[in-house]
Amino acid sequence: MSLWEYANPVKFLRLSERVLPTLWVLAISSTVVGLVWGFFFTPDDIRQGSTVKIIYIHVPAALMAINAWFMMLVASLIWLIRRHHVSALAAKAAAPVGVVMTLIALITGAIWGQPMWGTWWVWDPRLTSFLILFLFYLGYIALWEAIEDSDTAADLTAVLCMVGSVFAVLSRYAVNFWNQGLHQGTSIPVATGERSVADVFFVPLLISMVGFGLLFLALTLYRTGTEIRLRRTKALLAREGRS
Amino acid sequence: MKALLIRDIRLAVRAGGGFGLGLAFFLIVIVMVPFAVGADTGLLSKIAPGVLWIGALLACLLSLDRLLALDFEDGTLDLLATAPLPLEAALSVKALAHWITTGLPLIIAAPVLGVLMNLPTQGYGWLVLSLLLGTPALSVIGTFGAALTVGIKRGGLLLSLLVLPLYVPTLIFGAEAARRGAAGADVSTPMLLLAGISAATIALMPFASAAVLKVNLR
Repeated sequence: MSLWEYANPVKFLRLSERVLPTLWVLAISSTVVGLVWGFFFTPDDIRQGSTVKIIYIHVPAALMAINAWFMMLVASLIWLIRRHHVSALAAKAAAPVGVVMTLIALITGAIWGQPMWGTWWVWDPRLTSFLILFLFYLGYIALWEAIEDSDTAADLTAVLCMVGSVFAVLSRYAVNFWNQGLHQGTSIPVATGERSVADVFFVPLLISMVGFGLLFLALTLYRTGTEIRLRRTKALLAREGRS
Repeated sequence: MKALLIRDIRLAVRAGGGFGLGLAFFLIVIVMVPFAVGADTGLLSKIAPGVLWIGALLACLLSLDRLLALDFEDGTLDLLATAPLPLEAALSVKALAHWITTGLPLIIAAPVLGVLMNLPTQGYGWLVLSLLLGTPALSVIGTFGAALTVGIKRGGLLLSLLVLPLYVPTLIFGAEAARRGAAGADVSTPMLLLAGISAATIALMPFASAAVLKVNLR
């Protein structure tokens, strides 16, 4: 019993069909609990007032935006090394979810920034690098769309994803150098274990983060299943056309 | 390799497309800027390094879709792929040819256009140096983009979408170096980082370009 067994589309589909209902329930319930708790049952911050509550969407979305790209990178590597179609299709399926997460993070950030910083947008390193990440997502999706042959597309996008990752990290540090930021540092540094967020805010935030993570997982699994079926349909149609 | 380089340069010059056109585009972009932002010399000299850099970058981008597309159509790339010369080397040579026909004229023209933009006197040397260090990276990264989109009909727009985000670090360090030079500040940090990016991309990008080109030629 190894993980690679699920590289078989049939086994993958069977597993995802068994897991998905539970996953949907867990994802939606924890997202709803996290958001509702965050929006209605936490006190207002002393300085930020009720705008602090946007954190329950903003932070999880930003977290998943980066992790989605990372997941695409891993999936692309698996595709290039082991040539499992499921992996390539999973990367393809994750991209639109990732781009939506990036967009949510950018928009909620702008909405929060307007009353707090007095501006919708500043060329802050974090904001800028997220915008660049958004552009990378767009390029990646556009390349998938532009190429007819799915194997070629998978190969090209996988290499693009790898090169893009290097350049995305490079850009992250380049913009750091380019302009000093307005965005606050991380509130929950994992490495040190200290955090600047009080428990009343932190617990619903954590639930919301888990919820977004599960939601990403469920959406990606679901979309991967769709992609696998689409690929099968295309193969069937091609076979019928030939005979 | 030398023969390939000479062939590419000769083709670029004789076709009349890449050589003059990139330069003319650079000129027209720079000429357009004062119309857009106003002829205030103080403002122009302040934004000159950045505008010159973005103009050079766009001029580089413009000629990329011709870099491989013609050779792809007439089958030259298939021959190159089967030749004893590694495809990585062939693509490096092609990037070099692109740099000689596009980057180098831009670098030579940049100081002249700097006059139009009222660039401060001490900025000229640093502008040329930053372009000299940065444009090779633009050519090499652009070759990767061209190799990615070579099989796509009308891939020009997609090429820009894919390549421009990859240009971000080069642009940041290049324009920053030129800006600091023009302002009379210390340029060593951005200049070194720019040189580092160029060196790394020249060393590594041909492998990525060759990998995607092989997929496209499959």
